[in-house]
Formats: sequence, C-alpha cells, structure tokens
Amino acid sequence: MFDERTREAARAARARYDAEVAAEGREQERPFVTTSGQPVRRVYDPTDLAGLDYERDIGLPGHYPFTRGIHRTGYRARTWTIRMFAGFGSAEETNGRYRYLIDHGDDGLSVAFDMPTLMGYDHDEPEAAGEFGRCGVAVDSLADMEILFDRIPLGAISTSMTINSPAAVIWAMFIAAAEKQGVERGVLRGTLQNDILKEYIAQNEYIYPPAESMRLVVDTIEFASREMPLWNSISISGYHIREAGSTAAQELAFTLADGLEYVRWCLERGLDIDEFAPRLSFFFNCHNDFFEEVAKFRAARRIWAREMRERFGAKSPRSWLMRFHTQTAGVSLTSQQPEVNLIRTTLQALAGVLGGTQSLHTNSWDEALALPSEKAVRLALRTQQVIEHESGVVNTVDPLGGSYFVESLTNEMERRCLEYFEEIERRGGVLPAIEAGFFQSEIADASERYQREIERRERVIVGVNDFAIDEPLEIPILQMDPQGEARHLERLRRVRATRDPDRARRALRDLEGATRDGENVMPYLIEAAHAYCTVGEICNLWRRVFGEQPISLSI
Amino acid sequence: MANQRPIRVLIAKPGLDGHDRGAKVVARALRDAGMEVIYTGIRQTPGMIAEAALQEDVQVVGLSILSGAHLELFPRVIEELKSRGVDDVLLFCGGIIPHEDIGTIETLGFKGVFGPGTTTTDIIEFVRAHAPVRA
Repeated sequence: MFDERTREAARAARARYDAEVAAEGREQERPFVTTSGQPVRRVYDPTDLAGLDYERDIGLPGHYPFTRGIHRTGYRARTWTIRMFAGFGSAEETNGRYRYLIDHGDDGLSVAFDMPTLMGYDHDEPEAAGEFGRCGVAVDSLADMEILFDRIPLGAISTSMTINSPAAVIWAMFIAAAEKQGVERGVLRGTLQNDILKEYIAQNEYIYPPAESMRLVVDTIEFASREMPLWNSISISGYHIREAGSTAAQELAFTLADGLEYVRWCLERGLDIDEFAPRLSFFFNCHNDFFEEVAKFRAARRIWAREMRERFGAKSPRSWLMRFHTQTAGVSLTSQQPEVNLIRTTLQALAGVLGGTQSLHTNSWDEALALPSEKAVRLALRTQQVIEHESGVVNTVDPLGGSYFVESLTNEMERRCLEYFEEIERRGGVLPAIEAGFFQSEIADASERYQREIERRERVIVGVNDFAIDEPLEIPILQMDPQGEARHLERLRRVRATRDPDRARRALRDLEGATRDGENVMPYLIEAAHAYCTVGEICNLWRRVFGEQPISLSI
Repeated sequence: MANQRPIRVLIAKPGLDGHDRGAKVVARALRDAGMEVIYTGIRQTPGMIAEAALQEDVQVVGLSILSGAHLELFPRVIEELKSRGVDDVLLFCGGIIPHEDIGTIETLGFKGVFGPGTTTTDIIEFVRAHAPVRA
C-alpha cells in the first residue's frame, strides 16, 4: 500500500523506536492480547501492511470487496435498523411489548420464541412442561400468530424471526397471518433465522438429522427466491457460536463456512446463484474487544464478496454483499454489579456500528439475571439512539478504515478464517466436521481457555475478578402474566376443537406426501397454517418421516 | 485413611434449552480437579436425570438451566430423585436465575446457586467442602 521509499523509512523508524522502548524498559511484562487471545503489537505502522493492496483489499465503501461497507454512503443515507429482540409469555403480552418498542423508536420487530416452539412441541405435550413463555413467546398455531401481530401492519414493518428447526413452519404461519391481514406475501420484508448448521455446532436446538434439515432450509431459500423477493430467507449466524465460547476468528470462520455450505446445497438443487444469494443474510455477535470486533466485520464482508464472486462466479453485485445483523454479547454480561453491563453493551454496540452493521440489537443490563424489564429494554434502545444522534460516528463511512492497526487486524482475521476453511475442507466439509465434533470441540476448548484466563486473573472482568463489591441486588424482575399459560392452552384446545377437521387432516396428509416425495414443502405448510394445524403436529410428522438427531454427550 | 475415592458428580441439563457452555465448563473443571464427572447432555427430563444419578451412583448433582424454567423443573428433579431413594446427594445449580428465586431453590435442598460470573474454583471448592463422604 506504500511505496518502497516510505516502507524503508518506516522500517528504519520502527527499529529505532523499538530500541528506544526497550531502553526505557517501562512497558508492563504481560501478554497484550485481544479477548480472543490474539497478540497485539505495541504500535502499528506501514510495515504492518506490507502485502496490502489499497485497491484490491480496501477500496471505497460500496465498492468490491466491500471491506469498508456495502453502501457507498454508509449511514449517511440511512442509519442501521434498531431491531430489538423480544418475546415472552403469551402472544398477548409480547404483542404489547412490540407496540411499546415501536412507540419508543424501534424500527423492526424481532421475535423470540419459547423453548417448546423452538423445539417443535405444542405446549400441551409433556416435553413442554415448565417451559411456557420462559425465553420467548409461545406459538402453537396461526391463532397465536394473529394475536402476536395484532394491530401491527406487517406490510409496513420488517419482521425477523429467530427460529431454526421449525423455521419453515413458523414462516408459513407468519405468511398466513399476513395474508389474513390482507398483505400479499410478495411485499413482506423480514428475516428467518433458519440456520440449522449452527444449531449442531453451538446452539443445540436441532431436531432432525443434518441432511433432512438442510433439505428444509433449501426449500425455504428456493421458495423465497421465487415468491418473496424482499425476504431474507436465512440469517447465517455466528452469534450463537460466539455465545457458546468461540473466539472471534472461529465465529467468523465457522459462520462463513456454514454460509458457503448453504450455497453449495442450493446450487445442487439447481438454483442459480444470483437468484438466491442476494437474500442470504448474516448475524454476528459483538463482544468486548473493540478493534477485534470491528476487524471481524470488515474481514467478513471482504471474504464473502471474494468467495461469492471468485469461487462461485456470482455475477450480480448484490450477490457479493454481506448484509448482517449484530447483537451485543449476552455472554459478556455479569450478574455482579449488573448496571456495569450497560457500559459493556454501549462499547459493543459502538463497535458493531463502526463495523458497518445493517441492524442492531442491544442487550439490556439485567439479562444475566432474567428476561429484561421494560425500563431496562428502553435504556438499551436509548443506547443505540445516543450512538446514532449524539456520538457523531455516523457522519463518515468506515471511520476506522486506513488505521494501521485495524487494517492489520482485518488481514489477520481473514488469514485465520481462510486457514479454518482449509481445515474444514481437509475434514471432508461442514457436515462431516459436525458429525466428528470438530467445531464443537474447538469452541469448548476456546471457552475453557477464556474461563481459565479470568480465573487466573490474567484477564480482568470488572466487578467479577476485580473491583468486586458486596452489595445486595435490587432489581425489578419482569413478572409474567400468571394467567398467560392457561389462556394459551385454552386457545390451543379451542383451535383443535373448532377448526375444519377435514381441511386440517388433508393438509397434514398432503404435507407428508410432499415431504416424502421431495417436493418443496412451503406451499403445503402455508395451507396447513391456514388450516390451523399446529407446530407440534407438523414437527412430529417430520419426526416420524425424518427421524431425530441424537444428543451429543461430549464436553 | 488411604485410597480415598474420587468424588462422583453428575452434571445435567433439564428442560429444552441448549445453552451448554456453562455446564461444559463446569464439567471440565471438576474433571480436571480430579473428580469423576458424568455429563448427561442437553434436554433431559427430570426422570432421566434422577435415573442417571442413581445408576451412576454419584454423590453430587449439578443442574444447569438458562431458559428460566428452574422453578418448574428443579422441584420435579427432586421428586424423581426422592422416588428412587436418592436423598443423600449434594445438589447445586447454575444458570440465569433471578436473586429472588434463590431462597425457594435453597428450600428445595440446593446448597449452592451459581450465576454468571462464578469462577470454577468457587464451584470446585464448594463441591469438595460439601460432597457427602462415601466409604
């Protein structure tokens, strides 16, 4: 990036400087490393960017390879979408929370489902015992969806849904709910998480074996590419990989490897890359180490653009763009002195913004203890508004671009990601690596290393292993409606009793046929949703057809 | 008093939530501290956990739950343990647990409730201090 004369001068200056520092002997004798354990040098200068080519590797925002962002104008045209992830208890309660968030400036909905919904059980099945509405909203049928989005115009707001094994089922219910509002599916905007690979790798909400699950994912991607041009059919997620304890480089590498795997499966189905690639989206974590996170986002865009264009030959520039959502790191929150979490989240959110995220969720400070209270959520929302309106960081695109340190760290992230790609390939690809437990053990090792650093106080976590105080906690905890579960179960009973039994039976029978015949299941699922078939009925049908993936016992 | 046997611990995840980072970190730490650790894996019913505790003849049972279902599921695990005559094990738990629930959980018989930010050293010391001695 620099001419030979500049590099030579920089090398000489750096050598003198290093000698001066050594002579002073004032630096602390400890390793200087990122949160992920990546060593950081004392200072960065042109000598650290020797192999970097400005045009090839950095360029301008909105220009290939998009290191500096996917839009030419960054946040000057449009700031990121404030998208707060929310859901608890019954559909009525969560609908109330959504309308509260929208009233306070939230731009997009993001639905959290409870465990029975995520695992494809109806709430009156024994597996659902004790789990109703605990970590998300309970949805069994279209009747719940209609209440969840009551008085929310689905044609005007974008909706993200965090659902994976039953993603196709929930998406069908969402489409049916919109259609009942009079909104055609073709205009719906939103995102389905639908990323089953990271479930096997980290988040553990898998039901069916990998190949059968992948077929359902490809069905949804195919359906979106034909009928829902504004919908993000998948949100390929590093968030959960990081929450399970991975490093930043692992999060980046495993997520992108998953992304490439989905691309291969879609190509195998016979889809044209430029037909579906523009609707693939991503979801990353933003952890404590400010510059490491910014570098991760910048590297992610560059790697994805190159893979799509150079490896897969995508011709549409829209296929090259990595669009992503960011959530601050839940795993970084502490139950000790929980108010401090607000500060952690602020720094993480800022890194996400400087990394060029398209949308952002900020965690609430009380979430190491319980679901967030209304006031805590409002503060988390305000955090984004302060960054947007008061900090000035939105005025210019990629303000950290060209920083010797950030560019060097971006290169390093890319290098380690490509190393992992090779390693995964040596292991036969993503699915064999999952079956062999490769990702899982890499993550568990990293997670143990990080924990050990904290316990040895090689890494200080404020309020945990330093600056601790003994103070009684007084936190208003969110109280759920005690009648919520009974009301929900009554609705489920009523749905089963009052729906057209012939239509429901026929819908399930046709769905089973389509599943066995390898037809795209989406049209059958939408009919089943309109017929008020339940999540449990459909997922249990697939349990019979596909079988279930066994649980891993390795630590 | 020669040949003291290692402490046997069951680390279990009741309910449907798949968040297993904490359970695995604790399981590894106890194992590295010389204990015999059996990890059940995720999505265990109270009955499965109690059966494992009985079959594996453990002195200690640690439950990890992050979905918020602890007040529903912990009592059921206790019932299942009791119905199998397992009443002399040390019980502890961890996860996302509001402080106001700790009293209730202690009344159920849990001697330790560990939230996010707990060090594994604390848990190792706790288990060593409280695990019932086996002949």
